[in-house]
Amino acid sequence: MRMAPLSLARKRSLLGLAFIAPWLLGFAFLFAAPLLQSIRFSLSKLTVEPGGYALQSVGLDNFRNALFVDASFNRILTQSVAEMALNVPMILFFSLFSATLLNQRFRGRALARAVFFLPVILASSAISAAEASGLINLVGDATAVNEMAGSSSSYNAMSMVMLLGDAGLPDAFADYIVSAILRIYDIITSSGVQILIFLAALQSVPSAMYEVAKMEGATAYESFWKITFPLVSPLILTNVIYTIIDSFSGSAVTDTIFKTAFTTQNFGLSAAMSWIYTVIVGIILAVIGWTLSRKVHYD
Amino acid sequence: MQAMPEAAPAAAAPSRSPNMRLQKAGKKSADMLYVLFRYLLLAGISFIILYPLLMKVSIAFKDKADIYNPTIYMIPVHFTLDNIRMAARILDYAPLLGNTLLFAAATTALTAASCALAGYGFARFPFPGSSVLFGLVILTILVPTGTLMVPMYLNFRSFDPLGLVQLLTGKPGFNLLNTYWPSLIASATAIGLKAGLFIYIFRQFFKGMPKEIEEAALIDGAGGLRTFASIMMPNAVPPLITVVLFSFVWQYNDTFFTSLFMNELKLMPTKISTLAAQANMLIPGMLGTSAGGGAVKADPNHVAMIIDTGILLAILPLVLLYLAVQRYFVESVERSGIIG
Repeated sequence: MRMAPLSLARKRSLLGLAFIAPWLLGFAFLFAAPLLQSIRFSLSKLTVEPGGYALQSVGLDNFRNALFVDASFNRILTQSVAEMALNVPMILFFSLFSATLLNQRFRGRALARAVFFLPVILASSAISAAEASGLINLVGDATAVNEMAGSSSSYNAMSMVMLLGDAGLPDAFADYIVSAILRIYDIITSSGVQILIFLAALQSVPSAMYEVAKMEGATAYESFWKITFPLVSPLILTNVIYTIIDSFSGSAVTDTIFKTAFTTQNFGLSAAMSWIYTVIVGIILAVIGWTLSRKVHYD
Repeated sequence: MQAMPEAAPAAAAPSRSPNMRLQKAGKKSADMLYVLFRYLLLAGISFIILYPLLMKVSIAFKDKADIYNPTIYMIPVHFTLDNIRMAARILDYAPLLGNTLLFAAATTALTAASCALAGYGFARFPFPGSSVLFGLVILTILVPTGTLMVPMYLNFRSFDPLGLVQLLTGKPGFNLLNTYWPSLIASATAIGLKAGLFIYIFRQFFKGMPKEIEEAALIDGAGGLRTFASIMMPNAVPPLITVVLFSFVWQYNDTFFTSLFMNELKLMPTKISTLAAQANMLIPGMLGTSAGGGAVKADPNHVAMIIDTGILLAILPLVLLYLAVQRYFVESVERSGIIG
């Protein structure tokens, strides 16, 4: 019996499946399966045995433990979500600002760009771990390092708060600005990729638009808000999502999850923690995606 | 070409005064002020970024004798290469670097290849469920890596997809921990470090390419793989550069997968994060002060110096690589279709 020749469309779709086959395999075995396993682990007590593991169902105990019994998880979770909420607008503002700056023409622009993107290369948690341990080694213990970092950087924070308060800014806003200034290093070093994305977007804005705006008498300020901003706004969504995802890797929550699993060997609790974290991050991403995508200008 | 007109808003107000010359002079000085302000700002931000690096370079060449000299800022009085030598010995630098570079290069090549294939598959072939599957690619970007940590660890501890190994050999699967296989397998199947992002980049780029080229190739008798290898990939240099650069750098710096799966292997990230402990342990012996039983502790300032030098040695290859390719950075991101 002869097989009927495949139609072109059938052939094309089989070919397409062949192209994504490596990814499909990886997705099934290294993503989907672990994801489902992780749900199972979060509902069980896991004991590692030679060559495998044993599960014993405990219902929702792990989630209860993570949220209500564990001494620090709640605090770490809220802290890192709050930090994320604080950092995202700052990083976004700084990267859009830097990208506009780096998109202008001036002498030494290539050098300035090279320096601004350097943090993309140097952002390594290994290095920051080594630096922290070097400092701990120098001072004696970890709490002293935290105190030192606090005291050395906040010496003029109070005067700044008062200055901004005198200028008539609301307290909350003044606090926000001051905290941005105190964290300027963190903000700068974590906005490399975002600057890159914004810069690429800015360069794709047709320059004729600016020329027309200038002819019609628009100021630089006006042409920024009326031309630049709407045209790069789709990338704001991209950058917000990137910034949030990027904050996972160095996050204290990830550290806690890691330690719970591999130091205290409580794999079930760790899985429950990671699911709580995933769900919260997912909700945040969904809310942000939904609100921003309605405001964004697509052409 | 100019993206932002560099006019100062105050001076560009509609001309009411007949004295045009005064206005022109005012506009000019406002422009000058703006240029000055911009340079100050750029210099300030650059300084913040470069300062830690400069500090490390300064420390690397500083002699031990200069540690307690408070008059020294940046430029040491006694130059020495001792720190570099010592840090290199503690890190076992040459083999470590070779290992890490080889590892990062291998995973990068595999990641680029598998992600390009997947990206092309998603961009050009309307097979049933392709949009759902692409949604799953985005899901792999969005799910925090921590969620998969424990199952992945256990999977690689007794690696046995579909139970084939057990079926064929009767053993409970291979223990792949502390081998390079976990990362290599993950990269080859486009699920490694941030691979979802790379698939996205390739897909966006291939979607933007004109369909006619492929149709011509099809008519001339080129098969799917042939079209991909000799028509699509040679044109996909910009996204390829982006993906290769980012994948290499992220792999080189990654502590998450390396500390999870390859803790005992000689790789830069794991070595660097334990550098402090190593330095504390080894420095007294290297200085020959531990002859009396090893109770002598290293001078913490000296240890800190060695750690800084070690960090510098670790990032040096990346900085050199960056200097060589940094001008492609913006260009490639611009053309790779992230922003499409």
